[in-house]
Amino acid sequence: MMPDLLSSSLAIAAPELIMSVGAMILLMVGVFIGEKSSQTVTGLAVAVIIIAALWLTLITPLGSAFGGSFILDPFARFMKILVLIGSAAAVVMSVGFAESERFNRFEFPVLVLLSTTGMMMMVSAGDMIALYLGLELQSLAIYVLAAINRDSVRSTEAGLKYFVLGALSSGMLLYGASMVYGFTGHIEFTAISAVVAESGRSLGLVVGIVFVLAGLAFKISAVPFHMWTPDVYEGAPTPITAFLAGAPKVAAMALLTRFTVQGFEPLSGQWQQVIVFISIASMVFGAFAAIGQRNIKRLMAYSSIAHMGYALVGLAPASVEGVRGVLIYMAVYLAMTLGTFAVILAMRRRDGMVEDIDDLAGLSQTNPVMALFLTAMMLSLAGLPPLVGFIGKYFVFMAAVHAGLWPLAIIGVLASVVGLFYYLRIVKTMWFDEPAEAFVPMAIELRAVLWITGLIVFPVYIFVGGPVFDAAEAAAKTFF
Amino acid sequence: MTDWPILSTVTFLPLVGALLILFIKDDTELARRNVRNVALLTTAFTFIVSLWIWIDFDSSNPGFQMVEKADWIGGSITYHMGVDGISMLFVILTTFLMPLCILASFESVKMRVKDYMIAFLLLETLVIGVFCALDLVLFYIFFEGGLIPMFLIIGVWGGKRRIYASYKFFLYTFLGSVLMLIAIMAMYWNAGTTSIPELLQHKFPAEMQTWLWLAFFASFAVKMPMWPVHTWLPDAHVEAPTAGSVILAGILLKLGGYGFLRFSLPMFPLASADFAPFVFTLSVVAIIYTSLVALMQEDIKKLIAYSSVAHMGFVTMGIFAANQQGVQGAIFQMLSHGLVSGALFLCVGVVYDRMHTREIAAYGGLVNRMPHYATVMLIFTMANVGLPGTSGFVGEFLTLLAVYQVNTWVAIFATTGVILSAGYALWLYRKVIFGALEKESLRQILDLTGREKLLLYPLVVLVIFFGFYPMPVFDVTAASVETLVNSYTAALEAAGHGAVAALH
Repeated sequence: MMPDLLSSSLAIAAPELIMSVGAMILLMVGVFIGEKSSQTVTGLAVAVIIIAALWLTLITPLGSAFGGSFILDPFARFMKILVLIGSAAAVVMSVGFAESERFNRFEFPVLVLLSTTGMMMMVSAGDMIALYLGLELQSLAIYVLAAINRDSVRSTEAGLKYFVLGALSSGMLLYGASMVYGFTGHIEFTAISAVVAESGRSLGLVVGIVFVLAGLAFKISAVPFHMWTPDVYEGAPTPITAFLAGAPKVAAMALLTRFTVQGFEPLSGQWQQVIVFISIASMVFGAFAAIGQRNIKRLMAYSSIAHMGYALVGLAPASVEGVRGVLIYMAVYLAMTLGTFAVILAMRRRDGMVEDIDDLAGLSQTNPVMALFLTAMMLSLAGLPPLVGFIGKYFVFMAAVHAGLWPLAIIGVLASVVGLFYYLRIVKTMWFDEPAEAFVPMAIELRAVLWITGLIVFPVYIFVGGPVFDAAEAAAKTFF
Repeated sequence: MTDWPILSTVTFLPLVGALLILFIKDDTELARRNVRNVALLTTAFTFIVSLWIWIDFDSSNPGFQMVEKADWIGGSITYHMGVDGISMLFVILTTFLMPLCILASFESVKMRVKDYMIAFLLLETLVIGVFCALDLVLFYIFFEGGLIPMFLIIGVWGGKRRIYASYKFFLYTFLGSVLMLIAIMAMYWNAGTTSIPELLQHKFPAEMQTWLWLAFFASFAVKMPMWPVHTWLPDAHVEAPTAGSVILAGILLKLGGYGFLRFSLPMFPLASADFAPFVFTLSVVAIIYTSLVALMQEDIKKLIAYSSVAHMGFVTMGIFAANQQGVQGAIFQMLSHGLVSGALFLCVGVVYDRMHTREIAAYGGLVNRMPHYATVMLIFTMANVGLPGTSGFVGEFLTLLAVYQVNTWVAIFATTGVILSAGYALWLYRKVIFGALEKESLRQILDLTGREKLLLYPLVVLVIFFGFYPMPVFDVTAASVETLVNSYTAALEAAGHGAVAALH
């Protein structure tokens, strides 16, 4: 009996096992070969991620493992695929940067692998211990990544800031989890849900939920727990920012969805208020704070704050179409973010990387392809049709309207108009301003990422949108 | 009848041209000429193909024709196209004006020709899509998507304050539209569909209609533009290149009126009846106030822009009079204004290309050196005033007639607008064309070239033809408009609405 149970559990967790074994082997390779192994390790890391992703989609059976701590349902699979895509793209995009900036650190891909394993754990967490395990594995690896550029004051500061605030949020999350356990007597989400449905809410439970939500809001950088985001985005080396902006957000959003919808669906009236508040606050703050930014990485930080707000719009109604909206939104967000960072990583002149928006001046004349794609990315981030960002916004707002959350929906769309203003500024800089000095030609891997994401943003989504939508719908139904 | 998807063909043909242009390098003069020719041929070909829609159109059928339908994104949004009497002529207007715009830009646009032509072709696709879309979300996608190329057209090829104007244009119209998006979602949850033919049959609860109407109004009133949210228009017009102004005045302004006809009136009849006095007030204010403002302008383009706002006042007035004459008159007024204002902007473009100024004071006595130009300009000015025998008269007369049946005072005030428009139009004409040719800089000015004649003469013919014989337009629109008006009255009667008495 036991060996059967174990082997079926291992089969379900196989992608994570592949990732962790891969990470350890690559660490050994790196340690024994030394600095010059970084290229090899990077390549192998991408291979490991791809194998894990293929294994996940083709071989791994759905089910719950390790006595319900680890769940692989359609929802988890959807989110894990997004996480793996985000991580793989971030590793790929670091290649050129590593070469030109002498950023030859084999630790980078290894840490990304470890962090990604943590994210996959988060997405699959069936109870609060697994939740914390995954979250900490993910975060610890990212703290190190943010500070990986040891000689740079900015990078060190970013890492330290992230670590201190992250530790605080983890503490809050743990405290909240312990209160939830204290008041329900369970750590598994499904068991908690059953107890809550039966006995209703109690004050202690609500306090617990709020603390856990605060901890998770920190991870997705939602207002008012966003303070670390701009500094970390700006301070960390750009490939790491690209990683940070994509996969971890997806994983944390998955965790947040699972915690609220699966664990506390009967109490949706309670946590809905919290989600609505942080959603509105994130959308509005993200939109206004980005207006004054000069540095494009900082701008993307505020933009990501706003986008997490939009994704939360879908979470607030606690409905199938809402969760479906969140899933679609995260997929869309990932594509747009990766594409934008591919351009940011290509902002290089002969004397080094540049990060100011003004450096993009006249890009439409010096590098039309890059300008066209970045324009599509920006307008898509702003949520303009016919680009894919509109589809993402459409589905989350549709859920909010169905639930009758009018203030959320109306403030949300108005914030998107403010958001449009700063995205347009980048478009304006590229198209209307006089050309600045041209960038050096784009590295091949960045070009690949940009073309793929750019074509997804428009027009490929028109054709593949249907299957993704169906998958998201199936995934959303797991909870209801 | 064949099953060939004619509407999709017309919609996406310009996109094919844009893709072709994308692969031409525009670094030599020869290549640039190729780019221009490809764009011109694409738009001309699109126009010819689009005529097939008119030929194939069954005027006696009030419903949607040439319908195409395909599932898209999980069946929640459908790709659903079709035209009826209300939308069909707008498609033709778009495809007709586009080649003229391209031709008008042959010499005036020298910089970044390739990008310019791509933007225009993209815009054409999106605008035709708006008129053909039979799914609300699809409509919204085309409706909003059109902002992007127009933003670039104003911003890249515009005048001195182009950045300000392009931002203002974009943000104003986007702000209006996002509220409509929320309304679209609310409609979906109430009716369970976003298909326009089904929504036309659906009866929304009375209180909900009010909110939906207001949300749609926010979008269409800005697009129209109605006073007091018209201020983006003069800026956009002044800064846009000539062809951009033509498209803006000729087609983009019609999107608002089309929206009122397609959504506000038939889908929210009760709210429309409630808000009709409000719309009448805004329309009358627009007609009188913007005509007065037009009298004070020093810039030719700005004057025509304000006159556009005034003319759109007649359109909204006619639409919300909600009777056969009013709606048909509004449609006719929009089509006619599309031709006339487009032509006037082309005329401005002619002298702007020569003198590079739009100051009224910089001109005078052009009749001495440019007799052809003076004649053409005279015809369009008269059409703008609404002189009988030009297309401008028919629309204005019908809308006034319609509103007279509903509210005499509105008709009286609106009629003063006709006088005022004669005031500013004749004043402009006198200042620019008549008088002695005193300015030194004008002594060498040349009359219309062959290309410019090719641009303007077809418009002259159409403006006069429709002035004398508007029946082709009315034949096509009658059936659909009748259904619209009947279902509107029926809805009001069913609800026991007070406005019904006024209609009888």
